[in-house]
Amino acid sequence: MRRVVTLYRSSVGKKILMAVTGFMWLGFLLGHMVGNLKAFQGAPMFDEYAHHLRVLGEPILPRTGFLWAFRAVMSTAFVAHLLLAWQTSRQSRAARQSGYRKREDLNFTFASRWMRWGGVFILIFVVFHVLHMTTGQLHPDFVEGGAYHNLVTGLGSPVVAALYALAMLVVALHLHHGVWSMFQTLGANHPKYATLRRPLSTIVAIAIFLGFVSIPVAVLAGVVS
Amino acid sequence: MNLTLHVWRQDGPDRAGRFETYHAKDISEHASFLELLDLVNEDLTRSGGEPIAFEHDCREGICGSCGMMINGVPHGPRSMVATCQLHMRSFRDGDDIWIEPWRATAFPVIRDLVVDRSALDRLIQAGGFISVRTGSAPDANAIPIPKDDADQAMDGAQCIGCGACVAACPNASAMLFMSAKVGHLGLLPQGQPERYTRVLDMVARHDAEGFGTCTNHGACQEACPKGISVDFIARLNRDVLAGSWKAATVEAS
Amino acid sequence: MKLDPKIPTGPIEKKWDKHRFDMKLVNPANKRRYEVIVVGTGLAGASAAATMGELGYRVKVFTFHDSPRRAHSIAAQGGINAAKNYQGDGDSIFRLFYDTVKGGDFRSREANVYRLAELSVNIIDQAVAQGVPFAREYGGLLANRSFGGAQVSRTFYARGQTGQQLLLGCYQALERQVAAGTVQMYARHEMLDVVVVDGVARGIITRDLVNGRVESHAAHAVVLATGGYSNVFFLSTNAKGCNVTATWRAAKKGAGFANPCFTQIHPTCIPPAGEYQSKLTLMSESLRNDGRIWVPSMAGDTRPASEIGEDERDYYLERIYPSFGNLSPRDISSRRAKEMVDSGHGVGPLSNGVYLDFKHAIERLGRDVISDRYGNLFEMYEKITGEDPYQVPMRIYPAPHYTMGGLWVDYNLQTTVPGLFAIGEANFSDHGANRLGASALMQGLADGYFVIPLTIGNYLAAVPRQSVDTTHAAFGDAERDVTARNARLLEARGKKTVDAFHIELGRLMWDRCGMERDAEGLRGALDAIPELRERFWSEVCVPGVGETLNQSLEKAGRVADFLEFAEVMCYDALARDESCGAHYRSEHTTPDGEAKRDDEHFAFVSVWEFQGVGESPTLHREPLLFENVQLSTRSYK
Repeated sequence: MRRVVTLYRSSVGKKILMAVTGFMWLGFLLGHMVGNLKAFQGAPMFDEYAHHLRVLGEPILPRTGFLWAFRAVMSTAFVAHLLLAWQTSRQSRAARQSGYRKREDLNFTFASRWMRWGGVFILIFVVFHVLHMTTGQLHPDFVEGGAYHNLVTGLGSPVVAALYALAMLVVALHLHHGVWSMFQTLGANHPKYATLRRPLSTIVAIAIFLGFVSIPVAVLAGVVS
Repeated sequence: MNLTLHVWRQDGPDRAGRFETYHAKDISEHASFLELLDLVNEDLTRSGGEPIAFEHDCREGICGSCGMMINGVPHGPRSMVATCQLHMRSFRDGDDIWIEPWRATAFPVIRDLVVDRSALDRLIQAGGFISVRTGSAPDANAIPIPKDDADQAMDGAQCIGCGACVAACPNASAMLFMSAKVGHLGLLPQGQPERYTRVLDMVARHDAEGFGTCTNHGACQEACPKGISVDFIARLNRDVLAGSWKAATVEAS
Repeated sequence: MKLDPKIPTGPIEKKWDKHRFDMKLVNPANKRRYEVIVVGTGLAGASAAATMGELGYRVKVFTFHDSPRRAHSIAAQGGINAAKNYQGDGDSIFRLFYDTVKGGDFRSREANVYRLAELSVNIIDQAVAQGVPFAREYGGLLANRSFGGAQVSRTFYARGQTGQQLLLGCYQALERQVAAGTVQMYARHEMLDVVVVDGVARGIITRDLVNGRVESHAAHAVVLATGGYSNVFFLSTNAKGCNVTATWRAAKKGAGFANPCFTQIHPTCIPPAGEYQSKLTLMSESLRNDGRIWVPSMAGDTRPASEIGEDERDYYLERIYPSFGNLSPRDISSRRAKEMVDSGHGVGPLSNGVYLDFKHAIERLGRDVISDRYGNLFEMYEKITGEDPYQVPMRIYPAPHYTMGGLWVDYNLQTTVPGLFAIGEANFSDHGANRLGASALMQGLADGYFVIPLTIGNYLAAVPRQSVDTTHAAFGDAERDVTARNARLLEARGKKTVDAFHIELGRLMWDRCGMERDAEGLRGALDAIPELRERFWSEVCVPGVGETLNQSLEKAGRVADFLEFAEVMCYDALARDESCGAHYRSEHTTPDGEAKRDDEHFAFVSVWEFQGVGESPTLHREPLLFENVQLSTRSYK
C-alpha cells in the first residue's frame, strides 16, 4: 500500500497506476469476450458458463462470493482509473491556461486525441450495460439467470445493437492508444520488442472490437437466437 | 519573397497581448527565420516602432535560446532544426506566418516571444547532476563504459533545453526534457548511485513547477530539434516505478 | 601600472606544486564569510562558481542569458585536448606544453602554459566523473583523435558537441550548488561596471534585463569569465550576445588589457549569403582531412563547379604547401583564401568563398565512409545553404572565431586591479598569438575548476573577513554612471539602428585590423573609429524605455563599448610591428610570404592602460622569457 501511495504522489506514478488499472480492465475485457463468444455454442453452454461464474470458488467461498469479490476489485480499478484520469487531466489543463491561436497536432492519432472524451463515453456505457444486462432495469424482458435469453432479447433491437457496436468502437479506440500508452508508461520498451508495441495495440483493439461486435451482429442476423 | 507575419506582441508579463501584422518584402530565401525577424525589426526601429523581442544567441542550433511557435509548430515546418536553422526556403512566396511564444503555465511570457524557462533549470537543480567534488575524480579510464551505453547516453545528453517539447505537448509536460537528462545520467555507471533519488526528486519538481502530465502522444519527439526519442520517457517511467518501490521499502524499514 | 606576473620560482614542472604549497589557505570555517562574484557562466565561469561554492565560499553568479546553459562555450564542436597519452603515441605534459607555446608563436607565458598542460589530465577525469559522454571505443575506453594538425591523438570529443557536453557538466555542477544554497544565481542580469574601492575590486553594477533595474552587488573578490570579443567584427562565429562590455569596463576601471590585437580567424566557415547575414557558422576543421580546397584558375570565372575542368582548377594550398597541403595551419589557410577571393577567384553567388571539395574523397573512399565521418556536418551545411555537399563542393571562407587577447592576469589569474580576476577567454594568458584547436575548452576548464578556486583563496586569506556592502560612495557613483549612459542611449533618437553602426564598425575592423594588417590601414582605422563613435552617439536610434526588457538597449550598450575598444585593438596592432601567430602585418613577411616574427624587439606581452575615451592608451610591456622551449620559426612548406 505504501508503494501505491508513493506512486500516487507523483504525476508519473499516477500514470503508472492508470496503466495498471487499465491493464486489469484489458484482461477483464479479453475474458469477457471469450465468455461472450460461447453464445455461438448455443444456449445450454452459455447458460452453464454464466451459472459457473456464480458458483466459482464454491464450496470454499459462498455462492457468488468470488463474483462479488471480483466485481469489487474491478469496480475499484475502474473508479481509480477514472479518478486518476480526472486528476492528471486537471494538472495538464492547468499547465496551459492560454492556448495557441494556431497549432498543428504533431504526431497525434485520432485515438490519442479522444482518450478523455472516449473515457467519459465508456463510463456512461458501462452504467447502461450493467443496468441492461446485469441488473435488468433497462432490459425489455429480463429473466434472472437466463443469460442467453437476456442476450438474445437484449440485442434484438437494431438500435440497442448499434449502440453496443458504437460503444465497442470507442473501447477499441481507447485501447488502440491505451495499450501502447500502457507499455510506454510501464517502461516496457526493450529495444528488441519496442517496435511491436504499436502493432500489438492495433491488434488488441481490432480483436476486442470484432470479438464483441460479432454477438449483436449474429443476433440480428439470426445466427444466435 | 513577400510574407505576411502575424506576431504575438505583449509589452510585459502582466500585460495583455495581441497579434500584430507585418509585411516583410523582398526577403531572400537564403535568409534564416531569425534574419527575417532582424529585417522586420530594423524596419520597425527606423519607422519609430518597437522591435519584436525574441530570444536568440548562437544561431547555429546548439544554445537552445531561440524558439517560437511558427504556424502552430515549434521551431517551424522543418523537422530536426531549431528556429535559427530554419531558412526561408522552407516557406513559399506570399505565405501567412503566425508566430507565437511557447505557451505553458510554467513558461510565463516576459515580452513578445520571450518566455521564462527557468523552470527547466530548477528541474536540473532537483537532481539532474552527478554529485562529484572537483578534483576527487578517479582516472577517466578507470571505469570502461560500453560504447553502446555511452552512445545512448549521448542521445539524451544532446538536449539543448529549448523547451519545444513543452510547447508541443498538448499537456505542456516537460517529460521529454526531464527524461533526456534522467536517461543520460542513468545510462552511465557514474549515474547509478543517485539514479532513483534523482528521478523521484525531478518528477516531484516537475509537478510543482506546473507542467502537465504525459499522455504519450509523442508530439514532443516530433518537435524536438535534436530528435530525442520518447523511449527516454519509457525509461524514466521504469525508473520511477523501481524508485518508488525502493523508496517505499526504505521508508518501511 | 605595475606588471608582476608572480611566476613561482623553480623548475617549470614544479612551479604549480610549489605555488600550491606556498599559497595561504582560508580556514574552512571562514570560507562562508567570503563572498565571491563570478560574471559569466560558460566553461570557465560555471566551473569556477560551482567549485568555489563547493569549497564553501558564498558565490553570486551572473549571466545575461536566461539560463547558465546558454553560454557560447556550448557551441564548441571539435574537442578538448589533454595530455593523457591514452593512445600511447608519445604524448606527454611536456609535449602539450611545447606544442601550445610553439603554436602560440612564442607570445605566451611558459609557466602558465605548463600548468595548463598539467591540469589538462584532471579535466578529463572530472568531466567523465560528472557524466560527460565522451566518445568511446568498443572496449569501453575513451576514444581520441588528432586535431588541428597535432602529431598525436590527444583530443577527447563527444560527437560534434564537445563544448555542449562539457558545459552541461559544469552547468549541472553549478545547479547542484544552487540547490545546495552555496551559489546564488542571477540570470538575465548584465554586468555593466566594476566597482573599485581604494584600488581594490569590491563589486559590480548590473542591470536586471527584465525590469531594467540597475543594482549594486558587493563581494570580497570579483571573477570575470565573460569570454572574447570576436563580435567587434560584427560577423563572427561567436553568438550574437558575445561582447566586450565586462572586460572593457574593467579595463576602464584600471585593469590592463593584454594583446587585444591577437584575434584568431577560423579558415572553414560558411561564407555570408547576403547583406542581411547576422552571423557566421563554423564548419569543423576536421573537414580539411579529406576535402580539397580549390578555386577556378581564371579570375572572375562564374561557371558552376561541375563545369570547371581539373586543369582549370587551382588547388592552391596543395600547390604552395606541398607537404601540409589542405591541412596547413589556420592562419595560413585563412590568409591564402582571402588572397584568392581578393584577386577575383572567389566562388559562390557573391564570389566570397573558396571550394572545399569532397568529390575525390567520395570517389576514393565511397560515400558511406564520408558520410560516416562527416555526415552531421554535411547535414548542417545543407540546412544552412540548401546545397548538398555530396553533389556540389562546399563553399568556405575564414571568419573571426576566438580572441587570444584579454585582460592581463598574473600567474594567479588576477588582473592589475587587486581582487579582480579574469578566467577563460576573457583573460589573455595561455594561447599567445595563436590558439591551437581544442585548447580553448581546456583552458576555460583548467582556470575554472583547478586554478581560480585555489588562487582566490590565497588572495582572500589576506583580506579582512568583515562583510562587504554596497554603501560606499563608489557604488552609488558607478550606478549613476551606468544609468546616465543608458539614458543617453535612449535619448539619442537618431535615425540609424544599432546594427547599422555595428556592421559599419565590423567592416572597418575586418578590412583594417582583420586577417592582414598594415600601418597605413591601422592609422586610417584610428582616424575613422572616433568619428564613427561620435556619429553613433548622435545618430543612433534605441527605441523603447529602460524599465522593461529592451534588447535594443542591451545591444546599443555593447556596440558602444566595441566602438571604444576597437581603438585599443588598432593601437596594439600598430604597435606590434612584427608578424606573429594570428597577427599578420603585411610589412613583415619572409621572402615566401610567411609571417616574420621579431623576437628581439617584440618578445613581450603588450598591456594597455586606459587613459580616457578618445585618448591614446599607455603601453606597458611584460617581457617573455623562454627557458624551456627554444625560440624557433615554424615552417609548413
